[in-house]
Amino acid sequence: MFYREAGDFKKTYAEDNQTFPLRVDRWAYYLVLVIAFGAVPFFINNWWANAAIIPFLVWAIASLGLNILGGYCGQISLGSGGFMAVGAYSAYKLMTSFPDLNMFIVVLISGAITALVGMLFGLPSLRIKGFYLAVATLAAQFFLVWMFNKFSWFYNNSASGQIHAPTRSVFGYEVTGATATAPAKYLFCLVLVVLFAWIARNLTRGRIGRSWMAIRDMDIAAEIIGVNPLKTKLTAFGVSSFYIGVAGALFFTVYLGDVEVGEAFGIQKSFLLIFMVIIGGLGSILGSFIGAGFLVLMPLLLKYIMAEKLGFPTDIAAHLEFVIIGFLIMLTLVLEPHGIAQLWRVAKQKLRLWPFPH
Amino acid sequence: MSAAESYVTPDGRTIGGTVLEMKNITLRFGGVVAIKDISFDIREGEIRAIIGPNGAGKSSMLNVMNGFYHPQEGEVWFHGQKRKPMKPYQIAKQGIARTFQNIALFKGMSTLDNIMTGRFNHMKTNMFLQMIWKGPAEREEAENREIVEHVIDFLEIQAIRKTPVGALPYGLQKRVELGRALAAQPKLLLLDEPMAGMNVEEKEDMSRFILDVNDEFGTTIALIEHDMGVVMDISDRVVVMDYGAKIGDGTPDEVINNQAVIDAYLGVEHE
Ligand SMILES: Nc1ncnc2c1ncn2[C@@H]1O[C@H](COP(=O)(O)OP(=O)(O)O)[C@@H](O)[C@H]1O
Ligand SMILES: [Mg+2]
Repeated sequence: MFYREAGDFKKTYAEDNQTFPLRVDRWAYYLVLVIAFGAVPFFINNWWANAAIIPFLVWAIASLGLNILGGYCGQISLGSGGFMAVGAYSAYKLMTSFPDLNMFIVVLISGAITALVGMLFGLPSLRIKGFYLAVATLAAQFFLVWMFNKFSWFYNNSASGQIHAPTRSVFGYEVTGATATAPAKYLFCLVLVVLFAWIARNLTRGRIGRSWMAIRDMDIAAEIIGVNPLKTKLTAFGVSSFYIGVAGALFFTVYLGDVEVGEAFGIQKSFLLIFMVIIGGLGSILGSFIGAGFLVLMPLLLKYIMAEKLGFPTDIAAHLEFVIIGFLIMLTLVLEPHGIAQLWRVAKQKLRLWPFPH
Repeated sequence: MSAAESYVTPDGRTIGGTVLEMKNITLRFGGVVAIKDISFDIREGEIRAIIGPNGAGKSSMLNVMNGFYHPQEGEVWFHGQKRKPMKPYQIAKQGIARTFQNIALFKGMSTLDNIMTGRFNHMKTNMFLQMIWKGPAEREEAENREIVEHVIDFLEIQAIRKTPVGALPYGLQKRVELGRALAAQPKLLLLDEPMAGMNVEEKEDMSRFILDVNDEFGTTIALIEHDMGVVMDISDRVVVMDYGAKIGDGTPDEVINNQAVIDAYLGVEHE
């Protein structure tokens, strides 16, 4: 009854075009922000931060990134793991070369470096589409992982070949390294998530977002309207890789702390990210969050129920996880290509009309 | 503009100098000659029809005009200047818009977003301002939205503003595609069979829109159409193509009395 636009009239085009046209949605959004910034930092403990919340935030940024490229611009990439590695190694080199650099700056420069690398590997997208582009980005994935293994400069010649995140702080609070506290790490990631979600929303609501979607839906028609296909695809690759690079940098510095490239940023990560975007919803900001949340929390929940409550061995839970993901992927692809976000949208649409469906 | 003199039509519209001139265009696909040494011009403010049987090369001609195809021989002159080989998006920036024979809408977007995309060339805020949104980007969006709302009113599609275009019936999709082209406020509008597959009523609506666009905004229009009745009604001059060659060119009356045209349309056997 309360979820509808009656009495919620739009007087200007800007109002008609706002992110949450309904007052109820707007309130819900502010409430989430208030809780996220005002309440969670006081309750968060190490277990929740490391097992669920920080990976969720990091994967949310990565999902937003892949969604911009795949969901909005329609370009396939299997190279996300490799691009995350670029972000991680950029952050490592920056942190060890400039120990005093603010971590926000480190993460943003890492994103910028990844953007350049992403645009380079996005160049073939002018000539090739679909399956062939997927193969080309797969090559990027393997090349990048190989490169970070091969050249010891990237890992500062460490004997193990791994990289290790030193302790660094933001405004006096440690956010990386073994002694960083859960609330500090959480808030550091949260600020970046909110910033990047806001930017993603803005980029996808106007001229640039429409040019991405135009290329996705019908590239020849986009061209006759004046959209330069190469420039448009490359900005999508650039912006998307920026996000994925930032996620990679956070994944390494804040979440893992120690990274062996093949293990942390292998092809499985590329696929995991694709699954998040598909299950959450292609071409949806909210969907990026839903997908990341789902694929981070579902294995935890599964392990909890299967192993701790029902007493199955943990590897059974892990196998079941794959079965569930696979099943959901097929289900979304066949039934609802726009993922859980679309189901949510449809449900809201129904709710708006309730209890008078006509 | 070329030296062609301007004149006033019986219904009071002024036809100006040459906007686009095709000179000796030949276009081949391997062995197939889609266009054989064709020349004709399009003058400012006129409605120029291109007619001919299926496979005559009409769509290919539009594709040459807006840069999808590059002819092996011949020159394209636009506003008195020989056009260098250009990409379609560069030609769009010169003020040429078009619709397609097979609807080419952005299926994942609403009517409004499809037409807003037509404003692409008129929107200038850079990536950074788009990221911030508040300020210039939002203002530019609202200004262009206003122009798009005029197009929506003009085409009488207010009710489907927020509908995903994939869900619209065929006739309305054609209308939205016209809207997207109109939103670009082109100097020259190319329409590839805008009325194909429509019923009589839809055809009348579309004819009216085309005439109104031409009349109210002075837009020069080149259109491909099969329905001879429609062509006779709305066009100022007609080019007739058959098997890639031009077999007639003139006012509707001249063309309809041309023996070669009659033969082509009545299906006289080609040996
Ligand atoms: N991209 C292409 N590749 C090969 N042949 C083509 C291509 N486009 C058009 N043709 C050929 O050119 C001829 C003219 O086609 P078209 O311009 O579509 O005719 P119309 O629009 O008058 O029906 C046809 O024989 C068609 O097969
Ligand atoms: Mg045709």
